[in-house]
Amino acid sequence: MKNSFKREAHKALKLLALSGILIAPGSAHAATAYQDNQSPIVKPGAPGKPGKRITPAESVALSESPYTDADVSFMQNMIVHHSQAVDMGVLIPDRSDHKGVRLMGHRIAITQSSEIEMMRTWLRRRGQELEAPEGHGHHHGGHSASGASGDDVPIMTGMLSAKQMRELAATKGREFDRLFLSGMILHHQGALDMVENLLVEEGAGEDAEMSEFLASIVADQSTEILRMQAMLSELGGVKP
Amino acid sequence: MKKTTKSMLMLTAMGLSISACSNVYNSDAPEAETASAATVSAEPREGLSPGVRDAGVAIENLNHIHSLPAPPGFYDPSTLWSPAEQRALAQAIERGEEVDKQPSPISFANSDLAFSGNKVIMGNFHGFNIFEAPQGGTPEHILSVVCPGGQGDVTVHGNLVFYSVEQNRGRLDCGAGGVEGASSAERFRGVRIFDISDISAPVQVAAVQTCRGSHTHTLVPHPSDDRTLYIYNSGTAGVRPGTELEGCSGGQPEDDPDTALYSIDVIKVPLDAPENAAIVNRPRIFADKETGEVNGLWKGGALTEGAQRTSATNACHDITVYPEFNLAAGACSGNGILLDISDPENPARIDEISDPNMAYWHSATFTNDASKILFTDEWGGGIGARCTAKDPETWGADLVADLTDNKMTARGFFKIPGVQTEVENCVAHNGSLIPIPGRDIMVQGWYSGGLSVVDFTDSNNVFEIAYFDRGPVNADELYLAGFWAAYWHNGRIFAPEIVRGLDIFTLKASEHLSEAEIAAAGLINFDEANTQTQLHFKWPNKPVVARAYLDQLARGKSVNAGLMSQIGSAIDAWEGGNIGNAKSLASALKAAASKVSGKDASRLTGLAEMFANAS
Repeated sequence: MKNSFKREAHKALKLLALSGILIAPGSAHAATAYQDNQSPIVKPGAPGKPGKRITPAESVALSESPYTDADVSFMQNMIVHHSQAVDMGVLIPDRSDHKGVRLMGHRIAITQSSEIEMMRTWLRRRGQELEAPEGHGHHHGGHSASGASGDDVPIMTGMLSAKQMRELAATKGREFDRLFLSGMILHHQGALDMVENLLVEEGAGEDAEMSEFLASIVADQSTEILRMQAMLSELGGVKP
Repeated sequence: MKKTTKSMLMLTAMGLSISACSNVYNSDAPEAETASAATVSAEPREGLSPGVRDAGVAIENLNHIHSLPAPPGFYDPSTLWSPAEQRALAQAIERGEEVDKQPSPISFANSDLAFSGNKVIMGNFHGFNIFEAPQGGTPEHILSVVCPGGQGDVTVHGNLVFYSVEQNRGRLDCGAGGVEGASSAERFRGVRIFDISDISAPVQVAAVQTCRGSHTHTLVPHPSDDRTLYIYNSGTAGVRPGTELEGCSGGQPEDDPDTALYSIDVIKVPLDAPENAAIVNRPRIFADKETGEVNGLWKGGALTEGAQRTSATNACHDITVYPEFNLAAGACSGNGILLDISDPENPARIDEISDPNMAYWHSATFTNDASKILFTDEWGGGIGARCTAKDPETWGADLVADLTDNKMTARGFFKIPGVQTEVENCVAHNGSLIPIPGRDIMVQGWYSGGLSVVDFTDSNNVFEIAYFDRGPVNADELYLAGFWAAYWHNGRIFAPEIVRGLDIFTLKASEHLSEAEIAAAGLINFDEANTQTQLHFKWPNKPVVARAYLDQLARGKSVNAGLMSQIGSAIDAWEGGNIGNAKSLASALKAAASKVSGKDASRLTGLAEMFANAS
């Protein structure tokens, strides 16, 4: 269900009054280039239909890009999901001599830790908790259906279980490379599935910032899957 | 002073790339994070103060002539980029109060540009704006069109403006509030066409729905019929359900031969009836040339485990067409590809490259002679801080590929110095050639890393000759900002800034770029320009172009002083209306060219031709 966030004029005014810094950008806009000469703002109609002139305030009101509870759960779950990728990356320097694996691990570590920051900021700016409430939101994020926890059950699809993480940490060299790559491919695939599952929810993924983020997950992670598959193939696959 | 700066930059670049290599390719080397920490402190772009309109600035070899903020209706003073409100909001949350939700700041992000005469059309996630920017005059905002949906990649042809819509919230009627239901006839994702004949009353004339929306699009002229225009559309987002748009499905080709993956859309626009614009082909440009399998690139090996489904390069992010050579360069997720577009409805792949440093092939720019392609890598999608000291020099960078006999070969990388902060989104992004004869020079945006002008005449030695950079929007948190692009158009650099509006620059002469080279670039003017539809430069036979070559020969030092002085005198005389010296020197220059190697040889040959044809 969509959360509405109708901001009323008095709220905006109250906030404006709260801070000089806040007023500065707006008033600078008005004073410098646009005060005396307001050019037309047109909202076109559907194809072939006439448009209409609107005011700056009406234009701003049209910018609302709502987000849903599913979006919020997605972000909360993806933080958990990304954190494991970072944890996996940490294992590489002591365990792998493979150039490609080291490169990929380094890139994933940098990328996913910066995305974790981005997701936390997204949640914080919307007044949302950084973690999903216990037992909540599992079906949105692609958690295992039962919500079961256990040593060999991953907390979400596409994540490694605690046991698998220990197994990965216990290997070295070629065996580590294979386990890392196959694990990370599944992990990335899990992220792509989470995006797919989110987008079938009504109204999800419409928030503009979220939309950009989803696009970048799909682009980066599917490209990385290809590379990891190629490397894994060269190493003889999962079970050589 | 400048020399010091440049050599420091080069040292920095070398240090970083060496350590990146040793990190990546020698198993025992430490991580790259500590590279060159000592040299970056001399970099003027380091430590710029934050602010929306009053951020600190570093500028080198450019004049910043105008800065036009976002017009009314395209920013929200009550919510955007306002640290004070973020604090108030955070405090309210801590007190456990209910808070109103905020729209995303990116809702008003400025994006790409298109040029029509002195009109600059600036895309925005919320629609587009048009500015009138007369040469030598004050630019003026003349129109806003509100039509939410992002990302607002724009192009122009005649009175038609084309506009990419990717986001799920896009509506056919340009309205807001999103779309109800997973499938809806109200939703619009694809390419919109607006008629701006009446600049005060633009009309949406067509909206071509596509299966994956439109992330970017490129105009492709018809080879003989100027009343027909093609559009190559690249969608990178998820595939819409067939229940919403007939013919759309997103399965893998073995189960779903008609999948919308592994293709681009070719849209045909009859210019006399643009309302009839429609998709005419979805060419399989990633197909295996031998087997015909549509997922022919980066299949990642034959694996039965490790992947639930086979992935492959299945979309382009951006395609740059170069009609002069019937070529297109596609930056397509895991690959750079080269297409033959002699038949624009049926583009055919003729080569592809990949590189382990490139995370995500994002955009492409040919050199004027099509002997090289500069690709960008948009590692992290532009929303992350990827130009900090810990980010390797070859990631999220430019990669120059040589292009010989339709084969691409990867050469050197370029990235701006890694002194951007953790709160500045930064990665290589869109740019265009600056038409300086005898050199390959490009200006490009790096988001919050600013804009940068680079010389990539030597594909293995790309170096920076000018830049502009602002501090972050906010000191504590990353807000999406910075230059989406920086494009040269008719003597000026136009740079759309996501938050701050439109910035305009001119080049300033320096040891790296002479007055004559800048003047020669100013001789190239186009009535209409869309950067991804690359235009060929043909310089007029004028003395200032010859002088630009002379200045370049002076830097190269491969021509002896006597001949240099003769060339100089001949150009002086030519400027005074006397072409005799020039004519008589032509054959000597041709002879000299044969004794010189590299770019200077072609400069001498160019001069010889110019002198022979001087009038």
